[in-house]
Amino acid sequence: MTNALSGFLAGLGRPVLEFLALIGRITLFAAQAVGHIFRPPFYWREFGQAVMQIGWFSLPVVGMTAIFTGGALALQIYAGGNRFGAEAVVPQIVAIGMARELGPVLGGLMVAARVASSIAAEIGTMKVTEQIDALTTLSTNPMKYLVAPRILAATLTLPVLVAVGDSIGIMGGWLVGVTRLDFNSATYLKNTVDFLQVWDVGSGLVKGAAFGFIVALMGCWHGMNSGRGAQGVGAATKAAVVAASVLILAANYLLTEVFFSA
Amino acid sequence: MIELRNVHKAFGPNKVLNGVDLTIARGESMVIIGGSGTGKSVMLKSVLGLVTPDSGSITLDGQDVTTHERDAFLARFGMLFQGAALFDSMSVWENVAFRLLRGRLKRPKAEAREIAIEKLRRVGLGPQVADLFPAELSGGMQKRVGLARAIAAEPEIIFFDEPTTGLDPIMSGVINELIREIVTEMGATAMTITHDMTSVRSIADKVAMLHGGVVRWTGSVAEMDATSDPYVQQFIHGRADGPIPSVR
Ligand SMILES: Nc1ncnc2c1ncn2[C@@H]1O[C@H](COP(=O)(O)OP(=O)(O)OP(=O)(O)O)[C@@H](O)[C@H]1O
Ligand SMILES: [Mg+2]
Repeated sequence: MTNALSGFLAGLGRPVLEFLALIGRITLFAAQAVGHIFRPPFYWREFGQAVMQIGWFSLPVVGMTAIFTGGALALQIYAGGNRFGAEAVVPQIVAIGMARELGPVLGGLMVAARVASSIAAEIGTMKVTEQIDALTTLSTNPMKYLVAPRILAATLTLPVLVAVGDSIGIMGGWLVGVTRLDFNSATYLKNTVDFLQVWDVGSGLVKGAAFGFIVALMGCWHGMNSGRGAQGVGAATKAAVVAASVLILAANYLLTEVFFSA
Repeated sequence: MIELRNVHKAFGPNKVLNGVDLTIARGESMVIIGGSGTGKSVMLKSVLGLVTPDSGSITLDGQDVTTHERDAFLARFGMLFQGAALFDSMSVWENVAFRLLRGRLKRPKAEAREIAIEKLRRVGLGPQVADLFPAELSGGMQKRVGLARAIAAEPEIIFFDEPTTGLDPIMSGVINELIREIVTEMGATAMTITHDMTSVRSIADKVAMLHGGVVRWTGSVAEMDATSDPYVQQFIHGRADGPIPSVR
């Protein structure tokens, strides 16, 4: 009886302990990576390439996501507002919705799909083909050379992507508002600008930075811990995208609580 | 001098190294032979700290390798990986000059490129490959680029993991001569893993045979030919029958 009970408790406890240990290892990994950002040498070329890869080449996908989301948002708010005669709030709600929530979250998720996967696949392949070992033997710390530049680049460029996404999303709303919902163009824009407060946009940018950090951290962590062979890299890539997406949504809720709960 | 004492390493239930003892004197060319999968590559990697042994000690000039200042320690080494391990995001010459483009050995780009092209020439590759990417090369060419990268910064200790595997006989000859030259002219210490007996004969000062997780036999090439050890005999003559099982 006691045996069965302790067996049951052990079975319950082991996954919990393993999960806590995993969190511990990832935290340590993140702390090391951040430490390397602030200690020389710093690999500027790798940083520049990461900025291009993560930021510049993500612009089209983030822009497309934002414009369609902004447009759909305008239609929905109009329909919803219509039920109690509040159609006029479209510009304000589109703006606040994009800046506070949809800009950072959708931008983060799109970048997670694009970038967490490619970082994990690239670093994972380097791991299984011994390129990471080769880096070490060439007196180059892989944490400093591969991980730190990517994490810094993602953390700095994602807020920029969010800002671009916010603007394009609001434009999408404006386009739909003016062409489909009979808003006056100048009034729409004036209402948007007058209504938005600095912190509406600022909080979204802070979220963006947090999501960028999460995306690069998950990509790097899963790549560096990839299993052997093509199968190992495939599994690492998938795990990186899933983990980054879930963590982004969880972090978004937490940050929203911290920033906006009364 | 590199000394391995009673080194053990297991991957899960797979006991790979089971008490390896080996001494490599300064300026000596040591060749490691042994069946596929016996842990030769793992042994090399454990000296460099890429694999952490479960127990035992590895020392360089009497000092435990784990206590050396990591950067200074690694700066003394060059390593050719079994799979070449070239960085596929950069061109051939940038691979070869990797050490010369960053860190304490950093120098102007033009100069680093010149050195890279010279090292490529030494492994039998012309300057036209310098701007190609590793994926555009054949397996044997990649191996030689890996070799050029290992020797580019003229390290005092060089590890070669199967340097002639996948090369034609003439190229193998060139590489054997190069390794010999590096040891005799530059006074480097070399540890080479190979399955190629011609290679063993042309580059070895001493030969060590790894079998069953231990160094089963060590001696000079002449001693290797004369020994009555049935494991060594079977191995160097490539016989299917003998004490070494053919399924492992
Ligand atoms: N990172 C690792 N994880 C798990 N097992 C490993 C790892 N590296 C090596 N092994 C195992 O250790 C054993 C020895 O591998 P090693 O690569 O050292 O062999 P080898 O003697 O170099 O063989 P070959 O001549 O074929 O290159 C093998 O059974 C291999 O499966
Ligand atoms: Mg090997």
